[in-house]
Amino acid sequence: MKHIVKILSLLLAVSAFWIGLLQAAIIPPGYNTWLLPIYFVVSLGCYGLLMVGLGLMQFPTCPQEALLLQHDIAEAKDFFKHKGVDVGSD
Amino acid sequence: MAEEKERKGDGKHKYSIIVPTYNERLNIALIVYLIFKHLRDVDFEIIVVDDGSPDGTQEIVKQLQHLYGEDRILLRARAKKLGLGTAYIHGLKHATGDFVVIMDADLSHHPKYLPSFIKKQLETNASIVTGTRYVKGGGVHGWNLMRKLTSRGANVLAQTLLWPGVSDLTGSFRLYKKSVLEDVISSCVSKGYVFQMEMIVRATRKGYHIEEVPITFVDRVFGTSKLGGSEIVEYLKGLVYLLLTT
Repeated sequence: MKHIVKILSLLLAVSAFWIGLLQAAIIPPGYNTWLLPIYFVVSLGCYGLLMVGLGLMQFPTCPQEALLLQHDIAEAKDFFKHKGVDVGSD
Repeated sequence: MAEEKERKGDGKHKYSIIVPTYNERLNIALIVYLIFKHLRDVDFEIIVVDDGSPDGTQEIVKQLQHLYGEDRILLRARAKKLGLGTAYIHGLKHATGDFVVIMDADLSHHPKYLPSFIKKQLETNASIVTGTRYVKGGGVHGWNLMRKLTSRGANVLAQTLLWPGVSDLTGSFRLYKKSVLEDVISSCVSKGYVFQMEMIVRATRKGYHIEEVPITFVDRVFGTSKLGGSEIVEYLKGLVYLLLTT
């Protein structure tokens, strides 16, 4: 099944459930019809922003890797110099 | 024959490492040196797919072949810049290993992680092992705040929409079982980094077992990796495409 079909079916199921609740008058009618769906969308957006913010704060960095890389580059250049391979320079 | 068997490390596996290059005269030599340094007891070959680099990349590769052997370094060049996806397909045709590694030639992917890819695959019998920069033990160096923000935002969006099963969608440091790569690549049509995303998403949809290993990524020191408005639009289009077709 294509992914989009999965997502749409999920949305459809949730909507059907919500409409069912409204029809069965379990939830009082009126402006409440749109209240929970809107809350849901907004909280989804907030959750997304939270994940972005958290991820940004915890973004793994590795400054020492740049240094290690420079060592590796020097080691490799040295090796090639002794083997007569002209690698030139950047 | 005896030396062949001696060189093979764990149970008769051979790793074909495909490195697409364009103007990587210096980096290709460094990459080759580091691969040989970190894969001492492993049977592997390096397949350099060069797209007609004007800076003499192919000449360097030929010198490397003299040094390391033409059976260890294969130069399979093309006439001009033809794109990443086709470079992998071209390299695949010449791969004699049962596993294929794809990696960038610009040293953002460090060969020192190759043993951890191999180990992970042997431990889990995964079809694909992909490097991830976004978990503990991994990381990125050389990105400013804006770049990190876009990366994180893009990742959250992709996770929400696609449920891809991996933490790093656009990464291109991966180990595939050769048959799996052949299967997945045949159904991918995108270009650039969306291609990398498409590969891993299609693999997830097909139910392949995918594992991740942390890697560190040191962005190019020379020249900036451009991430302008057009790249963002490209990315969003790619997401929608993957949402609808996978």
